[in-house]
Amino acid sequence: MKMSATNHSVNSGVKILAEVVLMKGNEAVAEAAIRAGCRYFFGYPITPQNEIPEYMARRLPEVGGVYVQAESEVAAINMVYGAGGAGGRVLISSSSPGISLMQEGISYLCGSEIPCVIVNMMRGGPGLGGIQPSQSDYFQATKGGGHGDYRLIVYGPSSIQEMVDIMFRAFAVAEKYRNPVMILGDGMLGQMMEPVSFPDETPPPDPRSKPWATTGNRGGKSRLLSSIILDPEGLDAHNWRLQEKYRRAEKEEVMWDMEKADDAEWFLVAYGTMARVCRAAMTMARSEGIKVGLIRPITLWPFPKQAFEAVLPRAKGFLCVEMSTGQMVEDVRLSVEGRAPVYFYGRTGGAVPVPKGVLKRIRDMVSGKTPSITDYYDRVAGGERK
Amino acid sequence: MTHEIIMAGFGGQGIMLIGTLLTYAGMKEGKKVSWLPSYGPEMRGGTANCAVVVSDEEIASPVVTEPTSCIVMNGPSFAKFHKAVVPGGLLVLNSSLVKVDDHRRDIRVLKIPANEVAREIGSEKVANMVCLGALVEATSCVTLGSVIRSLKDVIHERHHDLLPMNEQALRKGASLARAGT
Amino acid sequence: MKAVYERPRVLKDVATHYCPGCTHGIAHRILAEVIDELGIQGNTVGVASVGCSVFAYNYIDVDFQQAAHGRAPAVATGIKRVVPDTIVFTYQGDGDLASIGAAEVLHAAVRGENITVIFINNAIYGMTGGQMAPTTLEGMRTTTTPLGRQPAIQGYPLRVSELLATVDGAAYIARCSLHNAANIAKAKASIKKAFETQIQKKGFSLVELLSSCPTNWGVPPLEALKWIEEKMIPVFPLGEFKVKEGDAR
Ligand SMILES: Cc1ncc(C[n+]2csc(CCOP(=O)(O)OP(=O)(O)O)c2C)c(N)n1
Ligand code: SF4
Ligand SMILES: [Mg+2]
Repeated sequence: MKMSATNHSVNSGVKILAEVVLMKGNEAVAEAAIRAGCRYFFGYPITPQNEIPEYMARRLPEVGGVYVQAESEVAAINMVYGAGGAGGRVLISSSSPGISLMQEGISYLCGSEIPCVIVNMMRGGPGLGGIQPSQSDYFQATKGGGHGDYRLIVYGPSSIQEMVDIMFRAFAVAEKYRNPVMILGDGMLGQMMEPVSFPDETPPPDPRSKPWATTGNRGGKSRLLSSIILDPEGLDAHNWRLQEKYRRAEKEEVMWDMEKADDAEWFLVAYGTMARVCRAAMTMARSEGIKVGLIRPITLWPFPKQAFEAVLPRAKGFLCVEMSTGQMVEDVRLSVEGRAPVYFYGRTGGAVPVPKGVLKRIRDMVSGKTPSITDYYDRVAGGERK
Repeated sequence: MTHEIIMAGFGGQGIMLIGTLLTYAGMKEGKKVSWLPSYGPEMRGGTANCAVVVSDEEIASPVVTEPTSCIVMNGPSFAKFHKAVVPGGLLVLNSSLVKVDDHRRDIRVLKIPANEVAREIGSEKVANMVCLGALVEATSCVTLGSVIRSLKDVIHERHHDLLPMNEQALRKGASLARAGT
Repeated sequence: MKAVYERPRVLKDVATHYCPGCTHGIAHRILAEVIDELGIQGNTVGVASVGCSVFAYNYIDVDFQQAAHGRAPAVATGIKRVVPDTIVFTYQGDGDLASIGAAEVLHAAVRGENITVIFINNAIYGMTGGQMAPTTLEGMRTTTTPLGRQPAIQGYPLRVSELLATVDGAAYIARCSLHNAANIAKAKASIKKAFETQIQKKGFSLVELLSSCPTNWGVPPLEALKWIEEKMIPVFPLGEFKVKEGDAR
């Protein structure tokens, strides 16, 4: 097996990517997009995702693509609207404050049904917050940060390899549903290096092959991409048609992973990098004889409710772990619907839960020391965070 | 076995490079590896550091808060990380720049005069490699041979004339560790 | 004995986080001196922007608000409209002011908003690690223009002072440089004039300061100062572009 490395202090220019390479998450996600046929990228600098635009600035011109540094995230997402609407396969990336600025444009993309892939390497908020990893944009991503009844299909990969594999799927799903897809990573996933290999290349699509794309009518019927429908009946119908699409995605796109679920009585629930921390805690707990399993949602919307149905008959409790004050835990509770207790453990602002901390919460859960989720907030006030 | 390693120093000491080199060598040995740098403006003028995990098992978290071993190349890094090392762990200390007598007794401390050793070899720039050689020898997280064989892939081609010097520095660091400096 | 050089009262006695040789520190100092000399420390509100100067409030001892990226002139507008007799200034980089915040600064000038803008033009995004700014020079290499800025692809450097001077609401617009003592003295005089413009309620004032970023330009500090003189000034000529005479509005 041939291998090569890229290193952020040594790296300049792009290396030939052999079978398994050691690569930064941000660079890998950019390379994956290109290999998935993306030829257009619009961005604006923000830590901790700068390596994505920087990589695209070097690499896209080499493959005949276009990289534009926009004057703001507001402009960038609207460039995506134009480029995606003209049939291009488009990627945009940012981190939390920049993604907030894009919310208007994302709502318009959904309304006009324009596909694209959006990467959010989350950092801690609210406001300017910090630049360290966080998972506090879950609500924004899955519940709709912009206005109107729309949904994004959201993936929460937990390793660089998974992020790369998902990028291929993300473009396919975006174009299948004519809807934006978001990959929700965090600063850790963007900044770390891990071994990764890339699937075979997909060629970029011909913009004119998309019948709805505005590429000039060539004497045929003119096409329109718009989200304004002033007639209430018309807008209502449009919304229900969008909902049909979303219901279909709920049936066809849900992804999750379960570990050690066969004999588990207690379940950790976590996505992205937190799932890795939970996996370590699970191993520690099992060595103490506690039968713990892990449910790892891969699509955050649609949320994998099915995973819970399967284990609910024997589940004694679920512990949701996040780098937030508790966002996905609400979907866990909606899935469990009161049939088992749901507990929560989280840290924010770049403070990352460690396996030992999770283990402590597992022990508390099993011994009945953590009576309810609301209790958690009182405990935080008491300063018990690590 | 899981090695959780922190390497720290000031910008320009080649901290990120030795971190990458070790990670790459681990990958070549078929181990699970991860590398996570400190990032952002915090690095301006302060310390740069990276966390490397080399393991036989899936890596849970690339974040290292309690390293099993640690390289500190300057004073501020010593201050920041020496308390974090797990009891029984290893601290490789660049004694050319970190002047301390007062350190923990429940960990192994290897004092390596890395800058002086590197200068003798030909350039202070390879002080980082001296420290890495010592860490690899003392922890056996990967073999020294894998690290040496990885040099040509990790160091940019335009600096390949310096490969022998880097190799020498790694070997010297390892022999100092063996001698138990 | 008479002190000939001392720390302005407004400047806090702490070490800054700026890189060695960065001229943000000089800009802070002359700004602090002006606030001192005008005796307005107790009646001034600063608006910090997003860039390397994000922590300006740690060094300049007046009331401060921290704005979102590019929005400082809008925040300053809000402050000024509530407490019109307070002196309000923003301190913004070229990415913040000329890129994401181009609309806010332009329309603050259009409204003749009676605020003062200190604009640090270092031709780069400092804080995020050296990406292209709207002021990046032709041919200049940055992390997002690896082959150098090519006008055919990335356009041309934006001359903010010249642009804003065309706006009727702008009362005082000047560009100065921080590359040597003589120019620093001139820059200080311009900043003073800008604040006086605000005190006299004449309208919008802005002082652009050509500044160095040795870290992201990848050159030693002294060379960076030379680079301002040799490369930046020909593209960004120094001088006063708008001086509104006469009385307050
Ligand atoms: C909405 C949003 N987008 C991006 C960023 C990231 N960001 C922080 S500072 C900065 C640019 C700073 O450059 P400049 O204004 O020129 O100031 P300098 O650091 O050069 O002084 C950017 C893009 C952010 N904080 N918020
Ligand atoms: S990065 Fe540039 S602008 Fe920022 S503090 Fe350093 S030298 Fe100054
Ligand atoms: Mg700047």
